[in-house]
Amino acid sequence: MKQRFDIVRHRIWFFGVSTAITVIGLVMFAVFGFNLGTDFKAGSRVQLQLNEPVNTAQVRSMLTGIGLSVGEGAITTAGTRNDTVIIRFPTTLTQAQQQQIRAAEAKTFPKSSGYSISTVDPIVAQQTSRKAVWSVLLASLFIVVYMAIRFEYRFAISGIIALLHDAFIVMAVFAMLRLEVDLTFVAAILTIVGYSINDTIVIFDRIRENLKIAKPRSRGELARLVDKSLWQTMSRSINTVVTVLIAAVMLFFFGGQSIHNFTFALIVGLISGAYSSIFIASPIWVAWRGRQLPDAKPSDPAE
Amino acid sequence: MKRKSSNRWGRFGLFFVLVCAIVGLTAGTSMKLWKSIPLGLDLQGGFDLLYQIEATPDHPLTKDGIQAALQAVELRVDNLGVSSPVIELENGNQIRVELAGQFDQQSYEQIIGRQAKLEFYGQAKQDPKTGKWAPLPNEKPLATGADLKSNSHWATDQFGQNVVTLEFKDPGLWQQITKQYLNKPIYVFLDGNLLTDPVIQQIMSDGKSEISGGDLNTPEKCTALAQELNAGALPYPLHLISSTSVGPSLGFASLKATMWAGLAAIILIFLFMLVLYRLAGLIADLALVAYLYLVLVTFSGLHVVLTLPGLAALVLGVGMAVDANIITYERIKDEMRNGKSLQSSILSGNKRALRTIVDSNVTTFIAGAVMYWFGQADIRGFAISLMLSIVISMLTAVLLARAMLLLFVKSNLVNRPWWYGIGKGVVQK
Repeated sequence: MKQRFDIVRHRIWFFGVSTAITVIGLVMFAVFGFNLGTDFKAGSRVQLQLNEPVNTAQVRSMLTGIGLSVGEGAITTAGTRNDTVIIRFPTTLTQAQQQQIRAAEAKTFPKSSGYSISTVDPIVAQQTSRKAVWSVLLASLFIVVYMAIRFEYRFAISGIIALLHDAFIVMAVFAMLRLEVDLTFVAAILTIVGYSINDTIVIFDRIRENLKIAKPRSRGELARLVDKSLWQTMSRSINTVVTVLIAAVMLFFFGGQSIHNFTFALIVGLISGAYSSIFIASPIWVAWRGRQLPDAKPSDPAE
Repeated sequence: MKRKSSNRWGRFGLFFVLVCAIVGLTAGTSMKLWKSIPLGLDLQGGFDLLYQIEATPDHPLTKDGIQAALQAVELRVDNLGVSSPVIELENGNQIRVELAGQFDQQSYEQIIGRQAKLEFYGQAKQDPKTGKWAPLPNEKPLATGADLKSNSHWATDQFGQNVVTLEFKDPGLWQQITKQYLNKPIYVFLDGNLLTDPVIQQIMSDGKSEISGGDLNTPEKCTALAQELNAGALPYPLHLISSTSVGPSLGFASLKATMWAGLAAIILIFLFMLVLYRLAGLIADLALVAYLYLVLVTFSGLHVVLTLPGLAALVLGVGMAVDANIITYERIKDEMRNGKSLQSSILSGNKRALRTIVDSNVTTFIAGAVMYWFGQADIRGFAISLMLSIVISMLTAVLLARAMLLLFVKSNLVNRPWWYGIGKGVVQK
């Protein structure tokens, strides 16, 4: 049989890479912070699907024409073809102002296929932020409890570390690329939380099963058992992430504009989730569980 | 020997019937089902308004009061004649109104959110600084909007001025007021602002009257006020704290784009499964068609509103649904590696994979449930779709695909493991 790459033995490298990414992410956060959308930062957000390459100056003059002035950087373009413009106002627009924008848009950009305008009051923004943080924490907690009941607490904690790692990477990427963080981003994080753990469980389940067949008596045996389990589930791990990625990538490129960032977060999270399930979660478990086993059995041949 | 062969064709027949049922039902009724699913405002345009119910110094928030406010909003929305509106109480003191469709958003928002508190006072005074009129403190109104019949409408008076007609439930009350204030002014306040202060010219005994003045200068504004008065006054002022409006053409464009993306994703996943697992992949694909069909049935049956994030969840659900098939098929390969025959591998592979599938889906479901619990509007749409797609995929990708695979394998028509995606390396070992 072909010599396989020993994932567990090289775990130190993967831990290193992930720690490095996490540290870089933390620095990114500290430096940039999130580009919070109107859902979390009161104000108004106007999205216009122009169906032609966005000319920021033209948009700005359209707004000045109806007596609205916006700051530098408040007008951004979006969409796979850069045909959508997003304008953000720090204040909430009145219904009359919204009406004016709709009218001006139809006049200035005849090819446009419409608008989406949202306004959020500070009360709501605050409420939403609180809910978002709570929902991610609660979802993680419930999942830990479920896993601790079905498996054991060490599996649960290793799984959660991998999961937080994924959520963190997605957040770091969003902070780094200055992508707008809105409510759908929270939904994306929650989906990633659910999906990443789903991936991890399939591997843990196999480890648990193999543990029943042969009880490892040394660290080396345990490492080999986990490595075997990882390779047994490898094609499933890859095939599944490919199918879900197919869906997410198609939505990213062709789906509606308002789920664009959402699917991007999913794509990053799915890839990170598949990686962390294989290279982070199980190796952490080995490192932890192995501490209770002797280094090597005396009769164990050297590796 | 003969019995065995008839059995074999019987199994294959059953398999074939299942295939026909899935394809036939889907092809025949899915368009009709699709049309019966209500679309969210992000897919057909419309708006979403969130109002905060605000307490006033002399009117603290009570449970009954909040319910009354909710009812008043419902009544107003009903009067607008919008189909399938969503009106919900959120966070104890907020009212969310979702209206999908095409209409004049600005005037609708005004009609829904205005308090329409009409009050008649006998005495009022002007604040010398601001010039604003207010009833004297401790003064009780002579009459309020609640004393009126719900038949107000716009009219023009003899001078051609736009007015709103009023009719008192008890003509005696109006008679008494006009008698008491004959040749004296009365003050009519709308939402705390002085609307008009007419001097009573004669005693009215039929309970009919009309009001005008302020910004009631167009037929539209008069009609709007009449509608609000007919719907009854809101017990509290409502403050608009968040709104989203989506243009109908943008909604339609989003729907079309996402449908195409979904279709492309489904076709690619179909091919991927076929290439990987051949005949078994075909069975997984058929189960996927059943999944999509059941999703349509569920959405249409439960009247679940389909939103853009919801649609995205369903497309993602396709990817997740085949995961159950992938886990099972990989498991079957493992069993073959351990030297079992094709049939017994399929039996034990299915059995062993089940626990893994359940465990992994429960965690995703938990995430969905939390999203539903905490989220609103968009997020809820996503969460509902996610949870439904998990439950439905358990039925199709596990139960149905398993039954079909077993029927097909037991019919013994195709015995080469290659057809089930099991490569040469696996069988030799």
